[in-house]
Amino acid sequence: MEKMEKNESHAISLLVSNKPGVLIRVALVFGRRGYNIDSLVVSPTHDPRFSRMTIVASGDLPTLWQIIKQLNKLVDVIHAHDHTGEIVVERELALIKVKCPADQRTEILQITEHFKGDTVDLTEDTIMIQVTGSSEMLDSMMVMLEKFSIIETVRSGKLIMARGHEST
Amino acid sequence: MQKSKKKLKTGADALLECIHKHGVKYIFGHPGGAAIPIFDALVGSPLKFILTRHEQGATHMADGVARATGRAGVVLVTSGPGATNTITGLITSQMDSTPMVVITGQTITPMLGLDAFQEADVSGISYPVVKHSYLVKNVHDIPRIVKEAFYLAESGRPGPVLIDIPKDIASTLFEPNYDVAMDLPGYHVPSHGDPVAISQAADYLNKARKPLLLIGHGTVIANAGPAVRYLAETMQIPVTNTLLGKGGFPETHALSLGMLGMHGTAYANKAVVGCDLIMSIGSRWDDRIVGRLKDFCPDAIKIHVDIDPAEMGKMVVPHCSIVGDARLVIEELNTQLKKGDTTDWIKQINRWKKQFPLSYKKHGGLKMQYILDELYQMTKGKAVITADVGQHQMWAAQFCKVDHRFHWITTGGAGTMGFGMPAAIGAQMARPDALVVAVVGDGGFQMTLSELATAAVNKVPIKVLIMNNRYLGMVRQWQNLFYDDRLSGVDLEGNPDFVKLAESYGIKGFRIKRNAEVHKVLAAALAYREGPCVIEAVVEKEDNVYPMIPAGAAISEMVLGPPKKKMAKPVGST
Repeated sequence: MEKMEKNESHAISLLVSNKPGVLIRVALVFGRRGYNIDSLVVSPTHDPRFSRMTIVASGDLPTLWQIIKQLNKLVDVIHAHDHTGEIVVERELALIKVKCPADQRTEILQITEHFKGDTVDLTEDTIMIQVTGSSEMLDSMMVMLEKFSIIETVRSGKLIMARGHEST
Repeated sequence: MQKSKKKLKTGADALLECIHKHGVKYIFGHPGGAAIPIFDALVGSPLKFILTRHEQGATHMADGVARATGRAGVVLVTSGPGATNTITGLITSQMDSTPMVVITGQTITPMLGLDAFQEADVSGISYPVVKHSYLVKNVHDIPRIVKEAFYLAESGRPGPVLIDIPKDIASTLFEPNYDVAMDLPGYHVPSHGDPVAISQAADYLNKARKPLLLIGHGTVIANAGPAVRYLAETMQIPVTNTLLGKGGFPETHALSLGMLGMHGTAYANKAVVGCDLIMSIGSRWDDRIVGRLKDFCPDAIKIHVDIDPAEMGKMVVPHCSIVGDARLVIEELNTQLKKGDTTDWIKQINRWKKQFPLSYKKHGGLKMQYILDELYQMTKGKAVITADVGQHQMWAAQFCKVDHRFHWITTGGAGTMGFGMPAAIGAQMARPDALVVAVVGDGGFQMTLSELATAAVNKVPIKVLIMNNRYLGMVRQWQNLFYDDRLSGVDLEGNPDFVKLAESYGIKGFRIKRNAEVHKVLAAALAYREGPCVIEAVVEKEDNVYPMIPAGAAISEMVLGPPKKKMAKPVGST
């Protein structure tokens, strides 16, 4: 039972009708059970009738199972699926603006290169880095950049897609 | 080529035509500015509009129709406060899975979100209390949306659906296409259960020595009663029912244990504790029936049949779960039965029935139990009984046995005060030949008593039996048992003279004050068919409902009568 209580991060993918109000209905399922949403991405799909939502939330497992079932019950949700533990392609994009005086530029650029990031803006004393990868990789890069004093960050939120013919 | 001359219609005309095509006879509601185009379309419509005195009353009447027939009841109200007044009725319907379609007027589309007069974000407010809701933005969507709304409300696990229609959309002229397909790619209704799970359930049942069937509202909704009866009789399995499961299996049957749970029969609860297998058919293991979850039948095999996959493992984690229509699942299960031997178990249960019968003192002050027992004896289960919420409801559930579906109508999950009387009006209008008795408390009755006017105007011959103890009795019971009798906010001083109140509406009033009057007055009231009547029963002020399992306690902690020592405060919800 103890294991069940442990808070874990879960990536849930939803295919939903592209209609007003769907996001609120989905958010209410989480909110009613006191579940916090860590990240949420809504985007169009190749079919204009549907939208894709990718939600990362953390909390206890029994509640999460209940949430997935309740999400699937929503008339506007075509399907909701928890991809945690499955082999999926996972990506996130981050823009990170760091204080960057000339004497620290080299070190910051080295870190950027290590994480395969790009410099997308540069001023006298700031640098903006764009980086793409797994959420964990972005977290590691942020740790490395912390000592240079980060001015702001914007992250896209996690995107996932099932491999091969599996549907997301 | 001659162009087909289709007549242009307004959105409101099309709306009502679609509702009528669905077989609806009555619409309950209250008008207001944003709904006037729809009310205008009602003139000349074959649909009969019933003007209620409050929108909450309208929702409970529609719910009464739903629970008396299995078909969706329909409500029509205006925007803003008219719409928000339906929220209580929506949650009542949602919690108990009853079909209802609520139509709300809305401000014109260009004013949406601009804080227009009587504007409320009604679809937004409705989200947590409906199965689905619509805001109509295009008049051409009306035929599809109405079709979908009734389908959603009545299929699968039923529930309320709300349609919010802006005034300009209702007034727009268009050429309606009624032959339109539904567009519900995310909605699937389970029907036949998984054959592997059904075989597994059959296997468990065939091996069980002390099995028990727990039937809920789903049995009633799916009309699984005959299949359940075949299962119970073939396998000789005792059957207990939830509050809303009354009517799913005849409570007068030798295998019936009546209602279980917080105020259920002692023998039903003892059977739950003692069984080696419990199979729920269309119940959601509500906290009123399982008590402390971790102590609920710890050693019994649990089988769960439900049409809603989200109910699986929500409360009780079953050994075997079957998602499907209760009737289809049980009919399939019935083909795989091997007659087991439950003789000893049945004997044990019959001993419990003898040892712990439902009882009350037949002399002394006037008791609700006596009146309800008498009502039952006089109507022999033929009446449709509606109940509000509280002590009278629990006693009605204990003493008024129900044998057939659609003969018992009450608010279960939501426990909505004010439900009973309007629900009776709806039930009576849907089934004009039925004898409909509303059993209500003096507290709940006063929450929707203005609907007496609706009953009077439409000459709806319901009998409203008001149990007047001048207390909010169930809360008083809790304060008495768990809070040292520190009564707080439960004294209903200022009650009107209910007989005179009825008479002021032109309604016949009766009063019962003594035991000796019970039979005579009830007989007169039951025989009165000229219109509605009110029977005020002035009952004992202080009486408590037993048996009782304190909220959150284990079922084995049930008390059968007034406790000798002080009881601990319940840890369960309410």
